[in-house]
Amino acid sequence: MSSTADLQTATVPTRKRRRWISSEAMWGLICVSPAILGFLLWDIGPMIASIVLSFSDWSVTGTTSWIGTENFQRLFGDDALFRQSAQVTLTYAFVSVPLQIIVAMALALLLNEKVKGLPIFRTIFYVPSTVPLIASSMIWLWMYNPDFGLFNAVLNFFGLPEQQWIFSSDTVVLSLIIMSLWSIGPMMIIFLAGLTAIPQHLYDAVSVDGGNVFNRLWTVTIPMLTPTILFNLVLSVITSLQTFTQAYVMTDGGPGNASLFYGLYLYRTAFQQGEFGYAASLAVVQFAVIVVLSLLVFRTSSRWVHYGGDT
Amino acid sequence: MATTSRGTTDTVYQPKRSFFRSRRFRHRIAQAITYTLLLIGSFVMLLPLVWLVRSSFMSLDQIFAFPPEWIPEPWVWQNYPDALDVAPFARYFLNTMVIEFFVVTGTVVSATISAYGFARLRWKGRDQVFAVLMTTMMLPGAVTLIPAFIIWSELGFVNTIVPLTAPAWFGGGMFNIFLLRQFFRGLPRDLDEAAVLDGASPLRILWDVIIPLSRPALITVGIFSFLTTWNDFLGPLIYLNDSRKYTLAIGLSQFKGQYTSEWGLLMAASTLVILPVLILFFVAQRYFVEGIALTGIKG
Repeated sequence: MSSTADLQTATVPTRKRRRWISSEAMWGLICVSPAILGFLLWDIGPMIASIVLSFSDWSVTGTTSWIGTENFQRLFGDDALFRQSAQVTLTYAFVSVPLQIIVAMALALLLNEKVKGLPIFRTIFYVPSTVPLIASSMIWLWMYNPDFGLFNAVLNFFGLPEQQWIFSSDTVVLSLIIMSLWSIGPMMIIFLAGLTAIPQHLYDAVSVDGGNVFNRLWTVTIPMLTPTILFNLVLSVITSLQTFTQAYVMTDGGPGNASLFYGLYLYRTAFQQGEFGYAASLAVVQFAVIVVLSLLVFRTSSRWVHYGGDT
Repeated sequence: MATTSRGTTDTVYQPKRSFFRSRRFRHRIAQAITYTLLLIGSFVMLLPLVWLVRSSFMSLDQIFAFPPEWIPEPWVWQNYPDALDVAPFARYFLNTMVIEFFVVTGTVVSATISAYGFARLRWKGRDQVFAVLMTTMMLPGAVTLIPAFIIWSELGFVNTIVPLTAPAWFGGGMFNIFLLRQFFRGLPRDLDEAAVLDGASPLRILWDVIIPLSRPALITVGIFSFLTTWNDFLGPLIYLNDSRKYTLAIGLSQFKGQYTSEWGLLMAASTLVILPVLILFFVAQRYFVEGIALTGIKG
């Protein structure tokens, strides 16, 4: 089939081709125009509007006026809830993301050992991530129940002291971090794809030198996986910083604001207090943090990410 | 095959090695450890789902028994009809499906057309425009949330499904465009050329050549957008305030507020929300795995 196609390519008249190419550019623009329009309408437009709004005191009630940097002064100056929510969210992100990456990579490494029943294990590890977040919040809320929940039953079984889990300000963030490990399926699949792309001859080279499993892991697998780690790291940090549903459904920010995630604080400020201007300044700060963190990761990536010459 | 070649190496280089220090023995140990870890991992990952289903088939007495029972004795089915009875989950399901219909169609149609424009048609500045658009994948939802809400409410569309469905028709999200673009670029070029000879327009090529070859990728995009919509919580929470218009996600969260500590009912309702997604997953499993792997490798 491809040989006939080649033959036809050779015989396309030049005039016909040229006419087609000029219409090609026009059609190209027509095709991507919805995406560009969407970009302007739902992304860049509202983003600029948020920045503009953050310099105003727009609220559901009352008149709106420009107040300069007052929102930001309040935010960084005397807003204890801003500090609390930023701290909760950053703690969550900086602990849960590395843990997610380690666990997902460990599972992928195990599955990469040419195990029998690979599809079954892969399915089992992936399935939890398909559970809608609202439903997994309900399940984990019930499992963390101090009186009748699964977790305390397990602790009891092993003779360990019971915990208050999400009902104690000491353990609530940790409990949500543990919960985040339940849905690492997609990350594991991405690692697995990265692992299968590592050429076998690199491993053979280590074996010839008499290297063991850990040498192989340290000198071949991890360096070759660094692009995948980078990808998962960036995506996962961005997702973690926007945590909302779990906090809204399971803890409502409690106990005592111990799980007041940034997203929840922003939601309350905007849609419960109706302070759109101030909420916009919260959103702008969150955006700035994400941009700075992403730049930081990409800037340092040349030092630790290994790009093979196979491109 | 790998084992035999390794075995030969052993006999050549270390002929006097005992069985317990041999490669094969160490291989066995490594395998035993691998399977043990995999089984423990599977057990832990499945536990919450087992706990969910088990609780959904229990009466409150059974649930509050100590120590907890794993198998309901007897199985109590009543939670399911009760859950459907006390909250209009059928209506929530219908509402969700209506939103799904518009979002999934919009996403697949407009992401296909946009991705085609970025992958197969050559025009000046194409890759630069694509790169700029890709940056939106890092844009946190919150930074566009408030102005979007203000605009929708000025236009009078709050408490309708328009804010939840209309954006899908504008490109369908960069993630999906990216995924389809990767796929379209992998299709052989000579097919287009043949169609050009026949005087086909670019749209005709998209329809006659590209789309028939891209069914797996299109299905993957459809599935991902279905799941994202099914999971969406913040969107319906903000835009829908009439309880008759609630989606399943919002309905479940409201249900939780009213029936705190009715764990049997809550778990039955949660199971009902999860079930369609699980069925979809098992029917279309390979699209999930391939789709995710595709984004990861190329990313």
